[in-house]
Amino acid sequence: MNMLKITDLYAKVEGKDILKGINLTVNQGEIHAIMGPNGSGKSTLANVLVGNTNFEVTHGTVTFNGKDLLAMSADVRAKEGLFLSFQYPVEIPGVSMVNFLKTAVNEHRKYRNQPPLSAGDFLKLMREKKAMVHLDSQLTNRSVNEGFSGGEKKKNEIFQMAMLEPTLAILDETDSGLDIDALRIVSNGVNLLKTPNNATILITHYQRLLDYIVPDFVHVLYEGRIVKSAGKELALELEEKGYDWIKKELGE
Amino acid sequence: MTETIEKIAAISRISELFTDNFTRIGDGLSDFVNNVRQPALAAFQRMGIPSYKTESYKYTDLTRLFENERFRRSFEPDQFEVSLTDIFSCDVPEFDTHLILVVNGWYDDSNSMNKPYPDGVIIKSLKKATIENPDLVEKYYGKLANSSLDPLTALNTAFVRDGVFIYIPDNTHLSKPLQLINILRSTDDLYVTQRNLIIAGKNTQAKIMFCDHTLMPQNFIINNVTECEIGEDSVIDIYSIQNQHNKTANLTGLYIRQQRNSQLVTNAITLHGGIIRNNLNIKLDGEHATAKVCGLALSDKNQHVDNFTYIEHLKPNCKSNQLYKNILDDSSTGGFTGRIHVAPHAVKTEAYQRNNNVLLTNVAKMNTKPQLVIDNDDVKCSHGATVGRIDNEALFYLQSRGINEKEARLMLMFAFAHEVLAEVKVDQLREMIDKLVNKRLRGEVSKCHSCAMDCIR
Repeated sequence: MNMLKITDLYAKVEGKDILKGINLTVNQGEIHAIMGPNGSGKSTLANVLVGNTNFEVTHGTVTFNGKDLLAMSADVRAKEGLFLSFQYPVEIPGVSMVNFLKTAVNEHRKYRNQPPLSAGDFLKLMREKKAMVHLDSQLTNRSVNEGFSGGEKKKNEIFQMAMLEPTLAILDETDSGLDIDALRIVSNGVNLLKTPNNATILITHYQRLLDYIVPDFVHVLYEGRIVKSAGKELALELEEKGYDWIKKELGE
Repeated sequence: MTETIEKIAAISRISELFTDNFTRIGDGLSDFVNNVRQPALAAFQRMGIPSYKTESYKYTDLTRLFENERFRRSFEPDQFEVSLTDIFSCDVPEFDTHLILVVNGWYDDSNSMNKPYPDGVIIKSLKKATIENPDLVEKYYGKLANSSLDPLTALNTAFVRDGVFIYIPDNTHLSKPLQLINILRSTDDLYVTQRNLIIAGKNTQAKIMFCDHTLMPQNFIINNVTECEIGEDSVIDIYSIQNQHNKTANLTGLYIRQQRNSQLVTNAITLHGGIIRNNLNIKLDGEHATAKVCGLALSDKNQHVDNFTYIEHLKPNCKSNQLYKNILDDSSTGGFTGRIHVAPHAVKTEAYQRNNNVLLTNVAKMNTKPQLVIDNDDVKCSHGATVGRIDNEALFYLQSRGINEKEARLMLMFAFAHEVLAEVKVDQLREMIDKLVNKRLRGEVSKCHSCAMDCIR
C-alpha cells in the first residue's frame, strides 16, 4: 500500500486556483524533493495536505496509509502521522514550549491508546531530542517561537518533528534563511530521524539542501501541476539551468 | 419620559430609605462619618443613578438595576454560622494568609479568633475603628473617595455601616498576605454597602487580596468602596478576585494615594459576576512613585464587566503602567476606560496604557476608550487598544501538532490571559489564580463548595 497517494488534486485559496491536478505517490522509506519557481503551488500543496482550512480542495483525492486524508481535521492528520515543518513558524506568546509539546505528545499518545508520559519521562525525551538538533536548552523555557531567530525557529520545527516522530514529514523550505552550520544541523537531524518506515517530502528552492538530504525523487511543480519527475540528478540540472528549459519543454 | 420618571422614583426611594433609617445608619459610628452622610446623599441626588448619559458610566447603565431593586439593606449584620475553615478549605488551598472575613459588608465576629497581627498592625471593623481609633481614621476617611465626583461613592458614603479597617504602622513588612474574603449570603435579595480603609505607613510592605464571593443564589448588589493611603518607600500589592454569580451587581471603588518612592501593583481578576463595575483612582502624589495597574476579565452569557481607571500624575518622575485584558464569550459585554491625567508640573512622567480584548463570538461586545489629558510636554505616554479574535494562524499551528481545536483554543486564551497573571508577584497566589482562570476558561466554574454558582450555571 502506498503511504501517500494524491490523485488529481485541485485546490484554491481566496478564490484563486493554485493546484491544478496534482498526482503524487510516496512510499515508506522514500525521500521526495519538490522544487519549482515561486508561486507554483509548493506551499499550497503542503498546507492542503496538513489540513489548513484557508485552502479549499475543489477536486481530487488524497489517501494516507489507505485512509481518506481530506476527511480528517488537522489535529487528526497529525496524530495519523503527518507533520509539516512550517516555512514561517508562528510565534505564540504565552504558550510555553514545554506545555505545548507535552500537550501535543500526550494527544498523540492518547490517540494510540497509550497513557500520558510522566513529567520525568517527558523531560528526558525532550532533553534527548533537543540534543539531536542542538537546540539551545533555554529555548524550551520560552513561549513557542517567541523571540527565536530564523535559524532557531527552523531548528525548533525539526525538534518538534523529533518529539512527534511522524511517518510522513513535509519540510516546507526548511533550508531557506539558514546559514551553513544551521543547515548542516537541521539536515543531520532529519537524517537521524529517517527510518525505513517513514518518508519525507522536501520542498525547496535550492540544490544545497539536497547535498545533505539526498532525495530518491525530484519533482518540478509548475503552475499547480507536477510537470517533471526524475532522480536526484534533476535537482543539479535545475540548479545549473534554472526553470526556463522546463517551460520550453512544456512549449511555453 | 417614563425612564426619567422611574429614575426619579428610584432616587427618591433611596432618599426615603436614607431619611427613614438615618438614626439606624449612624448608630455606633463616629460623627465624622455621620456628618458627611447628608452632603453625600445630596451629591448622589444631584448626579443621579449612573446611566449612559453619565460620561464616566457610558458603558454601564445602572438605571434598570436601581429602578427594579427592592432589596433589603444590610443595616445590621446577619446572623450566620459561617465557619472560617469551611470557606478557606474550598477556595484557596494551602495558601498561608491572614484571613479576614467580611459577610454582607460586615467585618465578621469570627475574625476575633484570628491570631494577633504582628508589629502593631491593626485589622478590625471600620465601624469600631471610627470609635476606637478616631485619630487614625478621621485623618483619612473620605479624603480620597470624593462623593461629589461619583454617584456610587456618594451613595456609599451616605449609607456606610461597616467594612474593614487596616493599619500598617511605619517600617512594617508583612510576610503573609492579608486576604479579605467578602461573602454575600442571604435568604432574600440584598443590597450591601461596604467601606474599607487601608493605611500603610512609611516603608511598609504588604500584599492585600480581596476575594469576592456569593454563597447563596439570591440577587445581590454590593457597593464596595476602599480607600488606601500608601506612605513613602512602601511596596503594596492589591489583588482582587471577583467570583460571584450572575445575579450579582458588584460595584467597586478603589481609591489610592501614593507617596514618594512607593510602589504599587493592582490586579483585578474578574472570573465571574453579573454586572461588574470597577472604579480605580490612583493619585501618584510623591516623586518616583510607580504603579503597575492590571486587570483580567473573563465573561460569558450576558455578563457585563466594566473597568474604569483614573490615574493622576500629580508629581514629577512618576510612572504608571496599565494592562487590562478581557475575554468575552457568548453575548457578554465589556468596557474599559483608561483616564490618565498628567498635571502641569508633573514632568518626566511615564504613563502607559494597554487594553487588549478577545471576542469569542459575533455578539460579544467590547467598548474601549483611552482618555489622556497631558498638561505638560516633558512626558512619555502611550496607549493602545485592540479588539480581536483568536489568532487563526496560531490555532492552526497548534492543531497541526495534534492538539484538537477545543484544546488549542483554550491554550491560546490562557496564553492571552497569562500576560496579566504573570504580573501577580506572589508565586503561590499566581499559581492559584492560574488554576482558577484555567478552570474558568474550560467552563468548569471555579467555586467554593457551598457557592451558589451551581444554581445558575
